[in-house]
Amino acid sequence: MTEAVPSYLSPTGQEIVFLLLGAVAVGSALLVVTTKQLVHAALWLVVAFGALAGCYLVLTAEFVAWVQVLIYVGAVIVLLLFGIMLTRAPVGRSTDLDSGNRVAAAVVALATAGVLVTVVIDGFRTAYAPLTPGAGAASELGASIFSTWVLPFEALSVLLLAALIGAIVLSRTDIRGGASDPADASGVPPPADPVDDPSRTGTSGGSPPDQTGGH
Amino acid sequence: MHIVYPAVVAALLFSIGVYGVLARRNTILVLMSVELMLNAVNLNLVAFDVWLGDRLHSGQVLTLFVIVIAAAEVGVGLAIVLALFRNRKTVDIDHLRDLAEPADDPTPEDETRSAAPHAHVPADAVPALAGVAPLRSPSRSAGTSSAPDASTPVGRGEGQPAEDDSSTPEGQSDEDASSTSEGPSAEDGRHVRRGGGS
Repeated sequence: MTEAVPSYLSPTGQEIVFLLLGAVAVGSALLVVTTKQLVHAALWLVVAFGALAGCYLVLTAEFVAWVQVLIYVGAVIVLLLFGIMLTRAPVGRSTDLDSGNRVAAAVVALATAGVLVTVVIDGFRTAYAPLTPGAGAASELGASIFSTWVLPFEALSVLLLAALIGAIVLSRTDIRGGASDPADASGVPPPADPVDDPSRTGTSGGSPPDQTGGH
Repeated sequence: MHIVYPAVVAALLFSIGVYGVLARRNTILVLMSVELMLNAVNLNLVAFDVWLGDRLHSGQVLTLFVIVIAAAEVGVGLAIVLALFRNRKTVDIDHLRDLAEPADDPTPEDETRSAAPHAHVPADAVPALAGVAPLRSPSRSAGTSSAPDASTPVGRGEGQPAEDDSSTPEGQSDEDASSTSEGPSAEDGRHVRRGGGS
C-alpha cells in the first residue's frame, strides 16, 4: 500500500479530476453556509452533493455514487425544499439567517479545519491507493451486503420503519390523546391539538407579537 | 490516487459543516450543514475503503448505511421542525430558549415545591424571564388548555398545582408511546386480514 509512492508533482488525470470536483464541492458548501437566500442554500447543496457523487465515481465507488444521486439529490433536497416552503420562510434575500455568534463559529471552524488538515496530511502523506475499476460495482456491493452485512441491513430497515412512523405521528395534526389517558382522570385535559394552537395563542393575549417581533 | 486528497476535501467539508451548524439561525439550514458533515464522513469512508482494499467492502457498505440513516434523520428532523413551526410560528434556533438556564437562582420556594424532575418548569415566575414567558405560552397552553390566562407569569406564580406540570409531560409521552406502538400493529393486522381474505 505504501510502497513506491508517486510524486505529488505529477498528478494523474484521475487526481486532477478529483481535485476539481473537490474544489467544486467545497466551494458550493461554502456558499451553502454563507448565502443570504434560503432556497439558494438548498440549490447549492445540490451542486455540492453532485460534485461529491462525482468524487465517489472517481474513487471507483460507482454504486455509492448513484445512491448518493438518488437519495441525496433526489430525496433529501426535495424534503429540505418542502421544509423551507412549509415553514413559510422568506424566499427572497433575508438578513437574519445568521445568528450572532458568527465570529466564534468561524474561529471554531477554522481551528477544526487547521487541526484536521494538518493531522491528515501528516498522517497519510505516504498513503497511495491504485484505483482499479469495478471494486465498487453493484454486484460486488450487493453480494457483500447480503452475505456479510445482512443483520445491520435488516436493523436498518427497522430503523427506517420507525423513522417513517415517527415522522407521520409528528406531522399529523389530527391525533388526539386517548380518553384512557391517566392525565384525564386528574382533571387535566389531553394535550392540545396543534391545529388549535394558533387560535389559542391568539386568545392568550400578547404572545404572537413577541414571537414574531424578535427578528 | 493519493489518499491525502479525499481526506483533505473531507476535512474541509466537515469544517464547513461545523461552521454552518454553529453560525446559522434557521433550523433547516442547520440540518443542511449536518448533511454536509455526514457527506464528509462518507467521503472518508469511501476513500479509506479504496485504500485498504477491504474484501468485505465495509467502508462502502457503511457509507450506504450512513446515507440511509441521514435520510431518516432528515425526515424526522423536518417533521420536528414543522411541529415546531405549527406551535411557535418560528424556526429560529435563537428564539427557542425554553431549556435555557434561568438567569437568577431559583427561589427556595421553587426548590421545595418541585421535587419532580421538571424543576425548571415553574422557574418562569422569576421576573427576569418575563420576556421569555410569552414564548413559552403555546406549550404551556398545550398542557393546561383549560385556562388561557394561566400562561401569564402572574397566574403561574401563585401556586398553580405543581403536579399538573409534572404529570402532563408523562401523559404525553405515554400517549406517544402507545400511539406509535399501536400504529404498526394495527396496520399489520389489517394487512394480514386482507391477505388472508383474498
